[in-house]
Amino acid sequence: AGARGCAGVWRRAWQRGAGGPASARRGQRAVACNTRGGAVPAGKSGLTPWVPVVGLEIHAQISSNSKLFSGSQVQFAAPPNSLVSFFDASLPGTLPVLNRRCVEAAVMTGLALNCSINKKSLFDRKHYFYADLPAGYQITQQRVPIAVNGSLSYSLCIDNKMSQMVTKTVRIKQIQLEQDSGKSLHDDTRSQTLVDLNRAGVGLMEVVMEPDMCCGEEAAAAVRELQLILQTLGSSQAVMAEGQLRVDANVSVHHPGEPYGVRTEVKNINSIRFLAKAVDYEIQRQIGELENGGTILNETRAFDSKLGCTVPMRDKEGKQDYRFMPEPNLPPLILYDAKSLPANMNHQQVVNIDWIHERLPDLPSVKRAKLVECYGILPEHSFTLLNEEGLTEFFENVVKQTQMKPKKVIGWILNDLLGYLKQHSLTVKESPVSSFLLADLLNLLEKNEISSTAAKQVLVELWKGEGKTPLQIVKEKKLELVQDQKELEQICQAVMDRQENEVIMMVLG
Amino acid sequence: AALTGGLRFQVSAALREGRVTPTELCQRCLSLIKSTRFLNAYITVAEEAARKQAEESEKRYRRGQPLSVLDGIPVAVKDNFNTAGIETTCASNMLKGYISPYNATVVQKLLDQGAVLLGKTNLDEFAMGSGSTDGVFGPVRNPWSYSRQYKEKSIPKSHSDGAESNWVITGGSSGGSAAAVSSFTCFAALGSDTGGSTRNPAAHCGVVGLKPTYGLISRHGLIPLVNSMDVPGILTRCVDDAAIMLGSLAGHDPKDSTTVQDNFKPFELPNLTDVSKLSIGIPKEYHAPGLSSEILALWSKAADLFKNAGAKVIEVSLPHTCYSIVCYHVLCTAEVASNMARFDGLEYGHRSDMKKSTESMYAATRREGFNDVVRGRILSGNYFLLKQNYENYFIKAQKVRRLIANDFVKVFRSGIDILLTPTTLSDAVPYMEFIKEDNRTRSAQDDILTQAANMAGLPAINVPTALSERGLPVGLQFIGRSFQEKQLLTVAKWFEKQVKFPVIQLEEVKRHDHTVLQHQKSASFS
Repeated sequence: AGARGCAGVWRRAWQRGAGGPASARRGQRAVACNTRGGAVPAGKSGLTPWVPVVGLEIHAQISSNSKLFSGSQVQFAAPPNSLVSFFDASLPGTLPVLNRRCVEAAVMTGLALNCSINKKSLFDRKHYFYADLPAGYQITQQRVPIAVNGSLSYSLCIDNKMSQMVTKTVRIKQIQLEQDSGKSLHDDTRSQTLVDLNRAGVGLMEVVMEPDMCCGEEAAAAVRELQLILQTLGSSQAVMAEGQLRVDANVSVHHPGEPYGVRTEVKNINSIRFLAKAVDYEIQRQIGELENGGTILNETRAFDSKLGCTVPMRDKEGKQDYRFMPEPNLPPLILYDAKSLPANMNHQQVVNIDWIHERLPDLPSVKRAKLVECYGILPEHSFTLLNEEGLTEFFENVVKQTQMKPKKVIGWILNDLLGYLKQHSLTVKESPVSSFLLADLLNLLEKNEISSTAAKQVLVELWKGEGKTPLQIVKEKKLELVQDQKELEQICQAVMDRQENEVIMMVLG
Repeated sequence: AALTGGLRFQVSAALREGRVTPTELCQRCLSLIKSTRFLNAYITVAEEAARKQAEESEKRYRRGQPLSVLDGIPVAVKDNFNTAGIETTCASNMLKGYISPYNATVVQKLLDQGAVLLGKTNLDEFAMGSGSTDGVFGPVRNPWSYSRQYKEKSIPKSHSDGAESNWVITGGSSGGSAAAVSSFTCFAALGSDTGGSTRNPAAHCGVVGLKPTYGLISRHGLIPLVNSMDVPGILTRCVDDAAIMLGSLAGHDPKDSTTVQDNFKPFELPNLTDVSKLSIGIPKEYHAPGLSSEILALWSKAADLFKNAGAKVIEVSLPHTCYSIVCYHVLCTAEVASNMARFDGLEYGHRSDMKKSTESMYAATRREGFNDVVRGRILSGNYFLLKQNYENYFIKAQKVRRLIANDFVKVFRSGIDILLTPTTLSDAVPYMEFIKEDNRTRSAQDDILTQAANMAGLPAINVPTALSERGLPVGLQFIGRSFQEKQLLTVAKWFEKQVKFPVIQLEEVKRHDHTVLQHQKSASFS
């Protein structure tokens, strides 16, 4: 309840600010955030509105067979320390060898996010002592990352109404390639730390988003869109629950026209839903703190999903100086395009940006537009289709196999199929009704062989997954509509015969 | 003769013709290692493995199918190269007892070509030093300390003193490798060269020491000192042998991204008869403070030698040379600080018993594992890398490094083929004198003539030239253009032929054998 109350404070306060002295750019955001708010009782200070600012740093694990700088396999949930090369364990004398696939994944992602790709990027060492960082430094791209200055468009609905969607853009500051760390397990009772280096050295893309967002919902929508893009590209599986997508949120609040407030970094967010919660909580917390005369510390906080709040993290010994240094064992990473590609270069040795660009798959936004155009469905329906893995394919397969208009099919997909799947926590893949069966059923409906009420009845039977075809079910349950003129007349006659009195009354008027 | 001769013309021929077998050769070297134990050149002698390798080699010779010219040739490797199954210590408590699971690329290449690996040679801890005096296994003694040449010319203060207090250092940090080659316990050895660590001990021990162009030989498996300057070095008794070793080691390694992509073609060195087309540069800045008059004289004599043979000898300037040492200090310590971060006691190496916290365990492990020299360099390196200092030190040093490299580019562009310089300021000093100065001062003094070549990544070679008044070896250095090893070695070979450097006469070895061996044991294990 406390959290909700807090949420109200900034929403309300913000609403007032929208008409106030906010700058044009802020003003734009104001509209967005504004639209979410409802009427909320006045807060303590009341007068001055707050502008929340949210930026994200997202680590996406690159989907590749081997690690960024070594030949060890990448695999989730393998036995501890079973995927560790000499380099990953930092044995003296080992050297990094850059994995081409990881570079291509980063270039793909950069292009999909409208970045300029740096033809020459550099690797750096970032030093800190930690048990799961065997070399004592992480190889990253601090000075010149592989991609910079991009943007990501995402949409979110206003007031939770699917029919009111707005599209927003967040700027992408940069994408850098870097190594993942291992995992530490602290056993406090035995005061032991167990280290698993399977993850150590796996390739990461760190996507740094500018602080262009202003609430949890925006952050969540942006991350969801990024996730879809990564999955479409195949550059990352981006499953948050498996740690393939890790989001840190930088949150601050300030009054319009004033400089940004002190920001906190919220970590330990492991789902998109929690991201929205964590960001909103943190905004509320900061406003509450400031309105009570407190200050915001530049600190790292962890989101506690059980309590629904953020708590200060054990500080890693105050301010760290990472002592960045160029990585001397890796030459600059040189990428080529069609123009700069040297003629005598071995194709296997180079990464060609243009070549990758030409082969980019349709991105989610394009896919949605195509769905809307091809099938005449509503834009918000295209979002739902893409949001569920495999749902678009399911829909398109049904459309292919039925005479029913796509506009009508979509209702069955989104209401009936998706409703059922959600209710039973099933994925599209796990659906007991295949696209073929559903198409069959819809064809019966389309040919007027059954009524739409009957079709729903058949679907209920189909969910049971007993291997019957819709037609079989229709026959068994005698659900077919009667097509024969004589038969219909007979039925009518029989009804009228049985109800003679009523018929006479009607005839008499 | 086979034992003292070079690879190309003597030993290999003897092996091929069956005048000596690999096992005999191996056995003789192993016995010599034993009788020269007091030199402390080796940290680990891999006796059994070496014998096995020799036996395998012998079988190949019997079948008439030796793998290469190196088949059956006993070699030694500096103890900062990883060797699977043989301890790799870096002469540090941190890695005492550490057995690597893999071979450095250069070690693998030697083994693949049939070479017999006798053991691992002594060095300064983590190759940080210029005397081979600062390792945890004790100092290396220069074999020339026990030569007739030195004995005849140096007058001991008293009889009891003798060679026991007069023994001279090998230079470093690859002193063990230089001593091993110089004392005939192996035919070739690997060193490493970051600021002169191969050429300096080569000069003091009277052997050929080649530092190839950066990127020509793989560093994979070489425990790094300064990644951007380290190169595996080659120590041999003659220039031809260095060329053979280079041919068997050079080339692209997929495990080292800083090696050149181009294939390397091994070469035989021609016998130069005409040097008249050569331009030899004499960089005036190498007339450095502290350069002994003896070496200066030798240097100008060498220049005259070229001039008289018809070569153009031109004084040139490398104006930024004087900044090289201080620049090196910043870059070296910064990389050292970074490279040494991995030694935290968790994955391998020494781990302190301290269990209060992870941090206290790290601290204690590193205090116990590293000597003062290593810890000092880590400390200053971390200082230079701090955010507030990075611009003022590291970035500046990188700029100076570029200036130093450009000096060379300009000189070579002006038509100079090879630079001729001294390798060291003087001949080797007695150990007792050497340790009066600390490691840092010594390194700064001793690297001054060799270090700029590392900054620029250029190939350079020490050629033993003459004996000093005290009967100790003095060498001169040739610096060549990037990847022009063939030209460099060809000139070095011509020079070698002219100067006829004397063979070491190690008759003292046997006499000293027993008494000194006892002494050494107590010294290094105390």
